[in-house]
Amino acid sequence: MINKKVNSVQEALQGIEDNMTIMLGGFGLCGIPENSIAELVQKGTTNLTCISNNAGVDDFGLGLLLQKRQIKKMISSYVGENAEFERQMLSGELDVELTPQGTLAEKCRAAQAGIPAFFTPAGYGTEVAEGKEVREFNGKMHIMELAYKADFAIVKAWKGDEAGNLIFKGTARNFNAPMAGAAKITIAEVEELVPVGSLDPNQIHIPGIMVQRIFKGEKFEKRIEQRTTRKRE
Amino acid sequence: MALDKNDIAKRIAQEVKDKYFVNLGIGIPTLVANYVRTDISVEFQSENGVLGMGPFPFEGEEDADVINAGKQTITTLPGASFFDSAFSFGMIRSQKVDLTILGAMEVAENGDIANWKIPGKMVKGMGGAMDLVASAENIIVAMMHVNKAGESKILKKCTLPLTGVGCVKKVVTELAVMEITPKGFKLLERAPGVSVEHIIASTEAELIIEGEIPEMVNS
Repeated sequence: MINKKVNSVQEALQGIEDNMTIMLGGFGLCGIPENSIAELVQKGTTNLTCISNNAGVDDFGLGLLLQKRQIKKMISSYVGENAEFERQMLSGELDVELTPQGTLAEKCRAAQAGIPAFFTPAGYGTEVAEGKEVREFNGKMHIMELAYKADFAIVKAWKGDEAGNLIFKGTARNFNAPMAGAAKITIAEVEELVPVGSLDPNQIHIPGIMVQRIFKGEKFEKRIEQRTTRKRE
Repeated sequence: MALDKNDIAKRIAQEVKDKYFVNLGIGIPTLVANYVRTDISVEFQSENGVLGMGPFPFEGEEDADVINAGKQTITTLPGASFFDSAFSFGMIRSQKVDLTILGAMEVAENGDIANWKIPGKMVKGMGGAMDLVASAENIIVAMMHVNKAGESKILKKCTLPLTGVGCVKKVVTELAVMEITPKGFKLLERAPGVSVEHIIASTEAELIIEGEIPEMVNS
């Protein structure tokens, strides 16, 4: 077994420097690597390019990095529900590349899978297609999209072992799975870090080869963005 | 009388057929799930990675790790599954999802849709909408017929940046049900008590009107 365990978030994030490109898992606030984001705020790393489906809310998730102006460019599919983000984007302080969600996921997966580019129909005929190669397959128009190139991927999993094997819970799998192994170095923060041998190999979602560093997050707030419930009959 | 949001959802629910896999967008489309017939088998997909979505959880049973694409806490039904975002859009692109219901700011008579950006004013992003409309075979739009200024959102040509081209099949608004045909919008039904003249006056695009237009039945 090759041990990937590191003892702290500080150790896990070593080597993340200004101007780097970082992938961060999560959908909305679901499954975001909260401990790593908090540490990036502490570190004060700036001019970051962040690839993340969303940009957090004003006071949580990537919103914390936006508040401190640590992000130079955001690559996302949906950025509503974040007033500070919208202000920085409309004023031109923040560079934003909006990408269709499935394309964003596939650009991660392509990087993870060693595929340099792929064709998708998403965005054909829209401003997303501007400047991109267009080809027809089976009578339908597609645009060429490139795999992402990132320095670090930071993902969050439910359980992991010291070999870096990961298991996700519920819809927190989202972008965490396709981002694992999609950058030069992948950091996984987990709610439970267990010794090797305690996870059933049949149940592993991401094999440890995709993960270079794994640590147990100190605290998970797991904030709910839209708490919706129904009344008991 | 013009329909309210729940009435629009109720009418669209009639389009959901037995054995359909359905993706519901944020807003009115989410309400459709409340009105689907209970004697048919339907599974709801949410692009953030769940198939077999159930109703909202009971108070106190919310799970931060189980949400829909609107970031709302949800439950799952027996037979449900979770998967990652790349896999989720794989099943959308490969047309495993039978019906997509989403909102729009504008729809044009050639089936173009705009729903993600108002230049200089509002940019929330396209989320999964571009992927969905580019691949889904059947796309129904739930929207208001006119904007707050009273201007028609049913147009000859979209004015806002597009989300997808030539993809919308049907539109249900507070006033009417319209099908998009190769010749443009065809008026199928009108909201109870709403006249054809009122619909024509509220629509910038030409409407194809053949014979008597029935009132929609929403029971």
